[in-house]
Amino acid sequence: MTLRPDLAIIADAVPAGARILDIGCGDGTLMAALRDDKRVDARGLEIDAANVTTAIARGLSVVQGDANRDLSGYPADGFDYAILSQTLQTTERPDRVVDELLRIAPRAFVSFPNFAHWRVRLSLLWNGRMPVTRLLPVAWYATPNIHHVTVRDFRELVRAKGIKVDAVWYLNRDRTTGDAAASWRAEHAIFLISRG
Amino acid sequence: MASLLHQIQHQSVTIDAPLPLDSGQSLPSVTIAWQSYGALNADRSNALLVCHALTGDQYVASDHPATGKPGWWARMVGPGKPIDTDRFYVICANVLGSCMGSSGPATPDPATGAPLGMDFPVITIGDMVRAQAMLLDHLGIARLHAVVGGSMGGMQALAWAAHYPERLVSAVVIASAARHSAQNIAFHEVGRQAIMADPDWQDGQYYGSARSPAKGLAVARMAAHITYLSEEGLTEKFGRRLQARDIKSFGFDADFQIESYLRHQGLAFTDRFDANAYLYITRAMDYFDLAEPHDGQLAGAFARSNEVRFTLVSFDTDWLYPTAESRRIVQALQSVGAAASFVELSAPFGHDSFLLDVPALDRLVAGALQSGAA
Repeated sequence: MTLRPDLAIIADAVPAGARILDIGCGDGTLMAALRDDKRVDARGLEIDAANVTTAIARGLSVVQGDANRDLSGYPADGFDYAILSQTLQTTERPDRVVDELLRIAPRAFVSFPNFAHWRVRLSLLWNGRMPVTRLLPVAWYATPNIHHVTVRDFRELVRAKGIKVDAVWYLNRDRTTGDAAASWRAEHAIFLISRG
Repeated sequence: MASLLHQIQHQSVTIDAPLPLDSGQSLPSVTIAWQSYGALNADRSNALLVCHALTGDQYVASDHPATGKPGWWARMVGPGKPIDTDRFYVICANVLGSCMGSSGPATPDPATGAPLGMDFPVITIGDMVRAQAMLLDHLGIARLHAVVGGSMGGMQALAWAAHYPERLVSAVVIASAARHSAQNIAFHEVGRQAIMADPDWQDGQYYGSARSPAKGLAVARMAAHITYLSEEGLTEKFGRRLQARDIKSFGFDADFQIESYLRHQGLAFTDRFDANAYLYITRAMDYFDLAEPHDGQLAGAFARSNEVRFTLVSFDTDWLYPTAESRRIVQALQSVGAAASFVELSAPFGHDSFLLDVPALDRLVAGALQSGAA
């Protein structure tokens, strides 16, 4: 099974045997890979019933729920890692979701499309239009991405909260790219954060 | 009718050990009627208990001995089915208090030989589960791969996980709840009053007489049957259509199809169920509240259940045990760190969806049983 590039990076970085909560786990692809390859005790939260059904049918523990409301039901420190991939920008209050991640687990992976990628900037600059790109494929009125965020915005958020950044990976066209000029060159960022 | 029902022979075992009951009373011995499907493997690790609902029975995947109809979950249990009898040794026991061979109000009083009737002690879901555990002890099965049940069967699965967490790997709880709500109790009380208001009930001692409270039991079933269906389902199936007539009768015949349907359901039920058993089992459900002994904290009930894998399913049209009840259970399980899965499935059939053709449920049950498999 080939994982989406951002998921492959997370899968690689999660230590074997860890307890993880995958928030917005979709059909459980990452969870299944972690379970099968690394004996990870994986749990998931997913809003879409069809995705949840598929995940449970593959033997995974997934609860149908909403990251905006249902994270508070998880006990503090119930997991080693919380994973929030491609979901932060869809939440009602991303700042509170980040707080919840680091309440549930001491460390969290957060990945999101970088709204300051040069294609996004160009689209706004030249066309004056909200961008529709490979990672942001839906028009402004229908997009689930209600809180667009940039690499710098996220760094500023965690700095203000006193949260540590343990590692960052930047993706461009599905390949990792260096830190240099990541603010405009990275299509996608993956942060590993921990309590300060 | 009840006398015919009690003439059926069921496979059963009588365990000559006292069964202590939640009421403080105890049964001196207990008879449990049960069916099994598939074969127990050499290390006895593939046993799976299916728990039946209020009016269900142990004939989960075999023809009903009174009605001749296929087993109530034949679509779910069998070779190659989601609960695969090629893989699992599936046990289903008639619950304590019921009327298909297990100890209940029709059981003879050892002193007089006459049916106990209302002298049978009031039982609980916990008592039903305790009796099932005695059956498993008798069968030499220490640990179950899973306990699976819908509705009251789900309550038993929850009680199993709460009381015997070391004896099961996983619990599958479908269209169920961890407590009976005021509304649930209210509907049951209507049914019980219908039975007890029937003069043929005779304070529960009708077994030896020529009369039995079939009318009261039929009305109880009619009221309950409404709660098993969704309004949308009723409207779609019956609407305001008239039954075998073009115009209203301006009388009290079954003018509407829904009336005719309910009357038929009520009447047919009396061929296969005992009125006293209905009283006792509905009472057991009303008393069910797993959180009660834990100061209302449901998590307390599952304090030792964190190694059990749970799968909970609700249906969007089920107003008897609505999704919120399943979510409450999920929250309690999450707070103790148990592996819990939950999904609300969309199905038009109301509470009865767990018994009917919902392909997503089949996939879920199969997946839930696959996980943690030996």
